[in-house]
Amino acid sequence: MITFIIRRLIATVFLLVLVSMITFAIFFLLPKLGGQTTYGLATEYVGRNPTRAAVLQVEQQLGLNQPVYLQYWHYLSAIVAGEHYSAGPQSVYCPPPCFGYSFKSQQPVWPQMTSDIPVTASLAIGAAVIWLCSGVTIGVISALKRGQIVDRLSMGIALAGVSLPIFFTGQIALALFSYKWAIFPSVQYVGITSNPLLWAKNLVLPWITLAFLYAALYARLTRAGMLETMGEDYIRTARAKGLPERNVIFKHALRAVLTPIVTIFGLDLGLLIGGAILTEITYSLHGLGWFTIQAIQNQDFPEIMGVVMLAAFFIVIANMVVDILYAVIDPRVRL
Amino acid sequence: MAAGSSARDGSPGGRRTVLGRRERAELRDSVADVAFGPASGAMLEVRDLQIHFPTDDGLVKAVDGVSFALERGKTLGIVGESGSGKSVTSLGIMGLHHGTNAKIGGQIWLDGEELVGADPARVRALRGSKMAMIFQDPLSALHPYFSVGAQIIEAYLIHNKVSKREARTHAIEMLDRVGIPQAASRVDDHPHQFSGGMRQRAMIAMALVNDPELLIADEPTTALDVTVQAQILDLISDLQAEYGSAVIIITHDLGVVAELSDDILVMYAGKAAEYGSAEDIFGRAAHPYTWGLLDSMPRLDEERADRLKPIRGTPPSLINVPAGCAFHPRCAYAERTGGRSQTTVPMLHELEPGHLVACHLTADQRREIRGDEITVRP
Repeated sequence: MITFIIRRLIATVFLLVLVSMITFAIFFLLPKLGGQTTYGLATEYVGRNPTRAAVLQVEQQLGLNQPVYLQYWHYLSAIVAGEHYSAGPQSVYCPPPCFGYSFKSQQPVWPQMTSDIPVTASLAIGAAVIWLCSGVTIGVISALKRGQIVDRLSMGIALAGVSLPIFFTGQIALALFSYKWAIFPSVQYVGITSNPLLWAKNLVLPWITLAFLYAALYARLTRAGMLETMGEDYIRTARAKGLPERNVIFKHALRAVLTPIVTIFGLDLGLLIGGAILTEITYSLHGLGWFTIQAIQNQDFPEIMGVVMLAAFFIVIANMVVDILYAVIDPRVRL
Repeated sequence: MAAGSSARDGSPGGRRTVLGRRERAELRDSVADVAFGPASGAMLEVRDLQIHFPTDDGLVKAVDGVSFALERGKTLGIVGESGSGKSVTSLGIMGLHHGTNAKIGGQIWLDGEELVGADPARVRALRGSKMAMIFQDPLSALHPYFSVGAQIIEAYLIHNKVSKREARTHAIEMLDRVGIPQAASRVDDHPHQFSGGMRQRAMIAMALVNDPELLIADEPTTALDVTVQAQILDLISDLQAEYGSAVIIITHDLGVVAELSDDILVMYAGKAAEYGSAEDIFGRAAHPYTWGLLDSMPRLDEERADRLKPIRGTPPSLINVPAGCAFHPRCAYAERTGGRSQTTVPMLHELEPGHLVACHLTADQRREIRGDEITVRP
């Protein structure tokens, strides 16, 4: 078990390096292969209508005329050791972990992202708790009441949940609960440490909006898994022992159903912490998703690269956690 | 033979005499019409059991009027092809059709208690304690996520108010008793860490953990290696001797029941085709279907003169059971009954004390067909 975790950790580090290579290649190698000159690349970092001398200076300062592998090495070493950037006349120090310096916003990328992580994390984790609890509960009830009104109703709602996009349900929720009835008038992020109650209250609408989509998915997954599991031989064995039906369902059946659910849950959560773009935009929450969109709209390469790396990091970590967790919950996974 | 018939002699009302008289009076009489007194004597008595499943295509009569009785310490073998209703019968006794759309009729008396009309909660309390079951494929019948020990402990804790530690000790004892080596260390293993034979042993340990008076083994050796099959059958009969339980063995393999059974019930299309002691079935089989089963069984004690004779055709659909005798489309001798096989359902009647058959052939016709071959069988 310990060796498995260590092996998995080492593999994760390699995977992250690989992700960084691919990301770097996309931003710095592909333009070159596409015929873009380093001069053309450098113009992206300078303001509008730059002089030729200014562009050449930027090209020199950013090392864009260096070979790509050298640039990549600088990028990696900056993450570990920090880097000095010359922005205009003065030099700016970007402390480690330095994911580059945004010349458009005149700041290092990392502190901008770290300030956005709590917003997205609050949104994603809160919604995850809601969708996991409600989705699994609804799925179990639907499976047990298969074909009855409860089942048809909840599966109908689940179909709506899967089909309706967040920018639609989010707007409806805002229109009803924020403007018409003013139950949750302001959707503004407040740090959990400064005011936990307000933090939760302001996030209720985004949570429910995001959770609605995922709860629908999870309800359908749970229902399908439950229906399959209830026909398994070991469920019949559990009944043959004289086990009360609620134990058969909640101990024996749910145990088997939850294993794949936990896997998907970990991956979904990892994906969302890297940015819940639609929900953040709908509710104007300045999280990583919002940051991503801003960076893309501004064509801010260092910021885009930084957020891609961060999102990839969360997904890779989520994968690792799921792998380790799976080994714990499924005894058949031999390490 | 003595053991087999005494089981039925013990049944109230005297099935033998009642049926015998009726048979003489009217061949077409039904066992279902025979009135029995309240259950006594026999550990298990099933009377005119009917288990029907309504489906979109029609009513599936999986079990249609089956009766048998079983005493403590005795073994009944239920034999038949797939779809003959043998597993449905056993699940019916265990009350495991509860919650499905099965329609159950008739009576099941377990140690003086009627189960068909009983409160499901009561049947659940009996399940696992007074009657227990082992299943065909122990890998799928054991929960993959719980250790073998945990599953046995759970079975013990449902019916006994003891501490977990005591239950664990008892579980280890049971594993030891069914022949799991180093039971104390293997108790925390998961089913996939056991071999097929050990899994079935663990399954047996789980079934016997509450010392049940009735043990139903549904094809207990089908999923196992041939070498392990004999060990498991030996284990079942050893434990039966030790615990004194009544055992029902359900199988499609006459070889399995030959070793263990006192009585044998041959089922076809949800009905009893033939019912008697092991000696009756192996020595004086009277139903063409039983002959078919016997002839399709490989025998090592005779010279291999002939090829095995399979029963031609396939088991009937339980929605459209053939009119008359359900076996007649596959029966080589159906023509000899003068059309009665095609039109009239043969009633179970007694040929000799304790040996019942549902067939239109007369004793003379049987003698003519099987000749001396019948008598050479052990």
